[in-house]
Amino acid sequence: MDLAFTKEEQAFREEVRSFFRDNVPPDTRRKLVEGRHLSKDEMVTWWRILNKKGWGVSHWPKQYGGTGWTSVQHYIFNEELQSYPAPQPLAFGVSMVGPVIYTFGNEEQKKQYLPRIANVDDWWCQGFSEPGSGSDLASLKTKAERKGDKWIINGQKTWTTLAQHADMIFCLCRTDPSAKKQMGISFIVFSMKSKGVTVRPIQTIDGGVEVNEVFFDDVEVPIENLIGEENKGWDYAKFLLGNERTGIARVGVSKERLRRIRDLASKVESGGKPIIQDAAFREKLAACEIELKALELTQLRVVADEGKHGKGKPNPASSVLKIKGSEIQQTTTELLMEVIGPFAAPYDVHGDDGSNEAMEWTAQIAPSYFNNRKVSIYGGSNEIQRNIIAKAVLGL
Amino acid sequence: MDFDLNEEQRLLKESIDGLLTDSYDFESRKKYMKEKGGWSQAVWGKLAEQGLLGLPFAEADGGFGGGGVETMIVMEALGKALVLEPYLATVVIGGGFLRHAGSDAQKAAHVPGIIDGSKTLAFAQLEKNSRYDLFDVSTTAKKKGDGWVIDGEKFVVLNGENAETLIVTARTKGDRRDKSGIGVFLVPANARGVTKKSYPTQDGLHAADITFTGVEVGSDAALGNPEDGLALIERVVDEARIALCAEAVGLMDESLKTTVEYIKTRKQFGVAIGSFQSLQHRASDMFVAAEQARSMSMFATMAGDFEDARERSNAIAAAKVQIGKSLKFVGQQAIQLHGGIGMTMEAKIGHYFKRLTMIENSLGDTDYHQRRVADGGGLI
Repeated sequence: MDLAFTKEEQAFREEVRSFFRDNVPPDTRRKLVEGRHLSKDEMVTWWRILNKKGWGVSHWPKQYGGTGWTSVQHYIFNEELQSYPAPQPLAFGVSMVGPVIYTFGNEEQKKQYLPRIANVDDWWCQGFSEPGSGSDLASLKTKAERKGDKWIINGQKTWTTLAQHADMIFCLCRTDPSAKKQMGISFIVFSMKSKGVTVRPIQTIDGGVEVNEVFFDDVEVPIENLIGEENKGWDYAKFLLGNERTGIARVGVSKERLRRIRDLASKVESGGKPIIQDAAFREKLAACEIELKALELTQLRVVADEGKHGKGKPNPASSVLKIKGSEIQQTTTELLMEVIGPFAAPYDVHGDDGSNEAMEWTAQIAPSYFNNRKVSIYGGSNEIQRNIIAKAVLGL
Repeated sequence: MDFDLNEEQRLLKESIDGLLTDSYDFESRKKYMKEKGGWSQAVWGKLAEQGLLGLPFAEADGGFGGGGVETMIVMEALGKALVLEPYLATVVIGGGFLRHAGSDAQKAAHVPGIIDGSKTLAFAQLEKNSRYDLFDVSTTAKKKGDGWVIDGEKFVVLNGENAETLIVTARTKGDRRDKSGIGVFLVPANARGVTKKSYPTQDGLHAADITFTGVEVGSDAALGNPEDGLALIERVVDEARIALCAEAVGLMDESLKTTVEYIKTRKQFGVAIGSFQSLQHRASDMFVAAEQARSMSMFATMAGDFEDARERSNAIAAAKVQIGKSLKFVGQQAIQLHGGIGMTMEAKIGHYFKRLTMIENSLGDTDYHQRRVADGGGLI
C-alpha cells in the first residue's frame, strides 16, 4: 500500500495544470466558478483547444485519437479539469456514443463519426429516456420501422440534455415490438436536422434550459445508421452506461466548490464577523470535507484497482461513487446557500445564453442549489444505485 | 499509488484470519471472557507463537519490523473476530511508547516479555475531567532524588486488571491544562501505593480505575523527556486511533456480513425479508458507510507515516470522524435489520454493536475530532 503519486505522475499533474492555466479562456473559467451557464460557442471553443492538444478524447484507444494514459493519469487529468475548473468534454459524444461506435460500429461509421465527435464538429445528444421510461428504461416505446432502405422513426424522448445545440442524436428505438422488453431494442443514430424532429425546451426549477423534449414524427433515417446489430441495442446501452465508473463521483467539482465556500465564508459576515469564524458553520464545512476525502480515497481505490487488474471486474467500491458523489455535490450547494443567506433570493432573469451578466454572481447560488437536485436523480437514480448494490454486491 | 497488500502482507492476513477462525468462535469467546482479567492466556500465547506480538518492533529489538499496514491487517482481523485480548493496550500503545521513546535499557526490560507473551501493558491516561484532551493532566509526578513520586487517579484503564506494567501520564510541572510539563512513566502494577478497582466494560473487555498514592519510581521510569512528553503521547495515541479505525472496519465488515446473511434467511410473510426493498436499501447504505470507513482507515494508516505532525493529526482525526459516523450507522442498522433477536445477548450482532459503540467514545469521539479538523483549517 502506498498513497503517494510517483514523480512521473506528479510531473504529469503539473503539465496538465499549466496547460489549463495557459489555455482555458478566463471568462469561461469565471463563469464556471460562479455557476453560470456557458454558451455553445464558449464550450465548443474550449473543446477544440483541448482536441488540438490531443486531449479531447483522452480515454479512447490510441488508434482513434486517445492518449494511452494510465488509469491514474486519467484520474489526475479529470481531477485537475474539474477543480481548475474547465468545461468537461461533452459526455454524450466523447464518453457515450464514441465508445459504442468504436466498439460495435463498422469501419465506415468509425471513419464518418469519430473524428467529428473528437472535434465537436457534431454536437451529440442522448435519446434514451421517455415520458414513460425513466428508471425503467427498457420499457421505452419509440419505434423504428424498416421501410425499404430507411428506418421510419416515431415517438418521443425527454430529458434530452442540451438537445437545443445538438446536430446528432443516438437513440434507443424499439425495432421488434413482439420481442421481450430488452430484446427488441436497436441503437440508431441520426441528424437532429432531419424532417420530423421537433425540440421543445423544458425550463427546470433553476430557471435554466438544459433539458428538452424531442418528438419524432415519421423521421426518415438511412438504414446504415444502425450501430451494431439490430435488436442488440440494449447491450450497447448497458455498455455505454457502465463505461464511466469513476468520473461520476465528480470529486474535483466538489473540491473546487468547497474552496469557494471557504473563500466566501471568510468574506461574508454574520454577527459582525466572517461566517468562517462561526464554530457551527466551520464544523459543517469540515464534515463535508471529510466525506469528500473519504470519497476521494474510495475513488483512488477503484482507479488503482482498474490500473492493476483492468476494467473487467468492477471493484465493489465503485458503486459507492455515484451515491456519495451526488450527495456531497448537493451538500456543497447547501453550504453555499447557507453562506449567502438572504442574498440567495434575487432572481437572475436568464438571457438567451442562459445568464444575465449584469446580475450579481450571488444570484447563481440558489439556481445551482436547485439544479443540483438532479444529480441524485440522473444516471440511474440513487435508489436504483442502492438496488444495484443490494443485488450485485450483497446478493440480496 | 497502490492499495493492494504485498505478498508478505497477504500471508500475514491469511495466518491471523486462520488462527482466529480456529480459536475464536462466538462460544469460545464467552469462555475467554470469564478468565482472569477477561481474556485468554492461551489465545495470547498463540498470537505470540505466530509472531504477532512482536510485529511492530524493530528486528534489533527482537521484533519483525512491521509498519502501519501490518498493524492495520492485524487490527482488522481482531475486529472481525471480536477479540478480547489486549493487543491495542500492549502492542500498539505500550509497544508504541517503547518504540518511539524507550531507552535501550527500557526496551531490554520490557520488549522481550511483550513479544513472548509473558507480559502485558496498560495505558493509564484518562482522568475524571480530562475527557479527550491528552494534555489535561492532574496526576502529578514530583521529583524525589533520582526518581519520582506519582499521585493521582486514572480511569477506565483497559487491561488494567492484568497488566504487569502501567504506562502513566503525569504532570512534572505546570497547571492542569498546560501543554508542557507532562511526562510518561513506566510503573510496575504491583508497586507500593497502586490500588486498582477492576470491572468489565460494556463491550466485554475489562478495565480498571487506578489510584496512585505516593508511588515511588526510579530514574529509569521516565519514557522520553519527563517535562515535555505531549508530542510523544499524541504520536502514540494517533497510532492507537489508527488501530481503532482498522478494528472498527473489521467489526463493520462482519456486522454487515452477518446482517446480510440474516435477512437472506429470515422469513416473514412467506418470503426472505431481504427481498423487501426497504431492507435492501438499508443494507446498501450500510455497505456504502463501511466502504467509506475502509477508505479512511487506509488513509489514516498511510498518514501515520506523515512527517508533518499537524498534517498527520488532521488526517487521523478526519478518519476517526468517518469511522465514528459509519460505525454508528452500520451498528444501529445491523440491530434494526436483525429485529428482536438483535436485542439479545444470544445473537453475536449485539456484541459487535457494543464494541463499535465503545470505539466511537474512545480516544476522541466524532464531534471532538470534527472540531479538530474544523479548527485546523479543514482538509481540502
